[in-house]
Amino acid sequence: MKRKFEVWSVITWIFLALFALFLVYPMYGILKQSVINKDGQFTLEQFAKFFSTPYYSSTIQNSFVVTIAVTAVTLLLGIPFAYFYSFYQLKGGKFLFVVSILCCMSAPFIGAYSWIMLLGRNGVITVFFKDVFGIKLGSIYGFGGILMVQALKFFPLVFVYMNGAFKSIDNSLIEASANMGCTGVKRFFSVIMQLSMPTILAASLLVFMRAFADFGTPLLIGEGYRTFPVEIYNQYLGENGTDHNFAAAISVIAIVVTALVFFLQKWATKKYNFSINCLNPIQKRKPQGVGGVLMYVYCYGLIALAFLPQLYIVYLSFRNCDGAVFKPGFSLVNYEKAVKKLLVRSIDNTMIFGVVSLALIILFAILIAYLVVRRPRPLNHTIDTLSMLPYIMPGSIIGIALVIAFGKKPLALTGTAAVMIIALVIRRMPYTIRSATATLQSIPISTEEASLSLGAGKLKTFLTVTTPMMANGIMSGAVLSWVAIVTELSSAIILYNNKTITLTMSTYAAISRGNDGLACAFAAILTVLTAVSLILYLAVTKSEDIKL
Amino acid sequence: MSVNINIRNAVKRYGKNTVIENLTLSICGGEFFTLLGPSGCGKTTLLRMIAGFNSIEGGDFFFNDTRINDLNPAKRNIGMVFQNYAIFPHMNVRKNVEFGLKNRPFDRKLIHSQADKFLKLMQIDQLADRMPAQLSGGQQQRVALARALCIEPDVLLMDEPLSNLDAKLRVEMRTVIKEIQNSVGITTVYVTHDQEEAMAVSDRIAVMNGGVIQHVGTPKNIYQRPANTFVATFIGRSNMLEGDMTVENGKAVVSLPTGYKAVFDTVAPENLKAQPVTLCARPEELIVETGEGEGLKAVIDSSVFLGLNTHYFVHLLSGERAEIIQESSIDSIIKPGTQVRLRLNTEKANLFTKDGSRNLLTGVDNDLDKEAV
Repeated sequence: MKRKFEVWSVITWIFLALFALFLVYPMYGILKQSVINKDGQFTLEQFAKFFSTPYYSSTIQNSFVVTIAVTAVTLLLGIPFAYFYSFYQLKGGKFLFVVSILCCMSAPFIGAYSWIMLLGRNGVITVFFKDVFGIKLGSIYGFGGILMVQALKFFPLVFVYMNGAFKSIDNSLIEASANMGCTGVKRFFSVIMQLSMPTILAASLLVFMRAFADFGTPLLIGEGYRTFPVEIYNQYLGENGTDHNFAAAISVIAIVVTALVFFLQKWATKKYNFSINCLNPIQKRKPQGVGGVLMYVYCYGLIALAFLPQLYIVYLSFRNCDGAVFKPGFSLVNYEKAVKKLLVRSIDNTMIFGVVSLALIILFAILIAYLVVRRPRPLNHTIDTLSMLPYIMPGSIIGIALVIAFGKKPLALTGTAAVMIIALVIRRMPYTIRSATATLQSIPISTEEASLSLGAGKLKTFLTVTTPMMANGIMSGAVLSWVAIVTELSSAIILYNNKTITLTMSTYAAISRGNDGLACAFAAILTVLTAVSLILYLAVTKSEDIKL
Repeated sequence: MSVNINIRNAVKRYGKNTVIENLTLSICGGEFFTLLGPSGCGKTTLLRMIAGFNSIEGGDFFFNDTRINDLNPAKRNIGMVFQNYAIFPHMNVRKNVEFGLKNRPFDRKLIHSQADKFLKLMQIDQLADRMPAQLSGGQQQRVALARALCIEPDVLLMDEPLSNLDAKLRVEMRTVIKEIQNSVGITTVYVTHDQEEAMAVSDRIAVMNGGVIQHVGTPKNIYQRPANTFVATFIGRSNMLEGDMTVENGKAVVSLPTGYKAVFDTVAPENLKAQPVTLCARPEELIVETGEGEGLKAVIDSSVFLGLNTHYFVHLLSGERAEIIQESSIDSIIKPGTQVRLRLNTEKANLFTKDGSRNLLTGVDNDLDKEAV
């Protein structure tokens, strides 16, 4: 039977073309630059240089060590937190949930910056301890600082994931194990944790990827502890001795490493291939006795610690400030300065880039999800696989790839708003596509068939039946994409200029110039913007099913 | 060594909402006992109180002479089969079955052979290495049962264990369950809302409604001499007719609609007095006859031929509707619109007080009445 021509085939080809141009071609550019020297000859000297010079090769090792430590600590912090939240009726549970979402969705480097203001060399707490008690607190810079900042920022990811996993555990499994003499800690490890293993692995991967690619935190707080995203940035845009070919080579190595971790996780997850049919969700118990008190102390203490940086930044933004020195008293002077420093343009850009990228992401995600789920053909699977590529690419590498690809004619896009939007779309699309695909897979095709049999055309069915049914799943993904777009740093730092400056970049620029008051004002605005977006979203959906 | 279960004045509250108020029940050792009732009647709640998963707000629960109210579920030595089996999806069949043994002081060396014994008993020994996802519903059911029995519990509790299976498998599995229970001889409490299933497996049944036990008895007694009209209508089908009882020559005569008078020999002596009554006739207790004679006058509305039996749906000339089951005969089925007479099998039919709260006949055997003493 000859397949009838339909509009979806055209869409398939359009996507293939778009991906080839904006994803494959830039990737190819990086690869090419890493192995072709200035004279146009093939060489592996960049890779040799990286692996033979401990100064460079240690960055990958450092990144690895700190990221694994961060992943482990987030699990240690997040799993008990999620367990208490899911198995006990904690007072203010909703509050804990909302605040922890706010923590993990804040702009990537604001936490690090705020901790420096608190615990850095001139941080208030450091100074306080030195003046009052004469105690010298340990340095926050380096490994410990990165670990602390990232762990406090990323443990809510584990929490949200584990909360979902715990909710899907059928209560009768818990009862069955109690019935057979397995309770308490033993049950937690031999049943509950085992049942949650796929989610633990998924959360670990997510934290690993985010922490590994995190650029802002080690840049501000890492100092001597050099990680590879910072190294790439230095090699590409640093103040002295940039080497684009070398930066490209490190990028390739980084992509290989993340890809390996990605496949390792997929392989590990396969071992836990089971599903739970959950008829009776877990019944939350009331926390009691000393254990109950400790639970409250743990949950609220952790949340307070994680949320402290954001509050402190907002507080500082209202303090009088002259350059890098905060003075007593409160005023709006920092905000006045911010207005002079492109505040309006930053906000405009942030909003415009955000809205346009988000619209494109949603459109693409719906179409690609439809192609993959309802038109399962080899070409469409290729699109699906390609669309996941950015998942393993750290943001700064996407930035560099785009500069290499579109830095010169015929497609000179660098410095335009277009390239910023392209970067944002590429960065966030995989997440939204995942949630759209998952949503569509859970919708039985019979609903669409009913629509067709009732005389609605294919296009009409897609627009009036399929898309609205997918809306819920996509919206939950979209809001988080919005927040991630608004707080994007790592690709933007390579692509931005004065015209395309965003709130994040303004904040970063102010920090790097030592303009602390100004930085706090920008950071506070950014923090409030993300917080308002999230709270609005949580209030509207009233749902806890957040897909990060 | 089988354990009997004694429940005295049990109370269950959810907040201010009392679900079970003052329930008393004895379950004999080695017996297959079923809690039967419509959904929301409190049967699962009661089962979970026995298991220890629901708190007990009042009363006493005994296993033999041991009060178990405050005993941890893990310490009650109960085997439980859950509605959705609650098989651990991350463990294979053998690990599931061995799970309970590993959590108690049981000789490690014997675990394997003990599990084998019950895997063989449930005929799933060849599936021991499979993961639950690779099992059919019936196989999962067998695993759940093997796992519950493997710890050699004092009491086996089953919460609607067959409700997730398809109709044919349900019939097959209930036979399996009954046979296993017979061979192991363990005290079993079984919860279901399916009355046919309850009849098929149980030694005794407790029919519950609104948190109150209505009738405790053998399946035969509950069907033939239900304690009240709730039991009569919940177990099997019943045609209910209003009537008036008078006593003539020491015999109860019940005047029914359309002028039919039926004589009952089965009324208990203490109930022999003139009073309004509710007659309850099961579809097979009405006999369709044509031509002149005694009986309820009715008109056939429709009929359904089901092979062994033929169902007739009729309305009485006085307006009530009724359903009749007759063994199919070789003659043609009576056509709709035909006027017929319905004769009552007075030996089988039941008479209740007008409000339906009490059966007036002899032979009602409600073990609940014995509890009160």
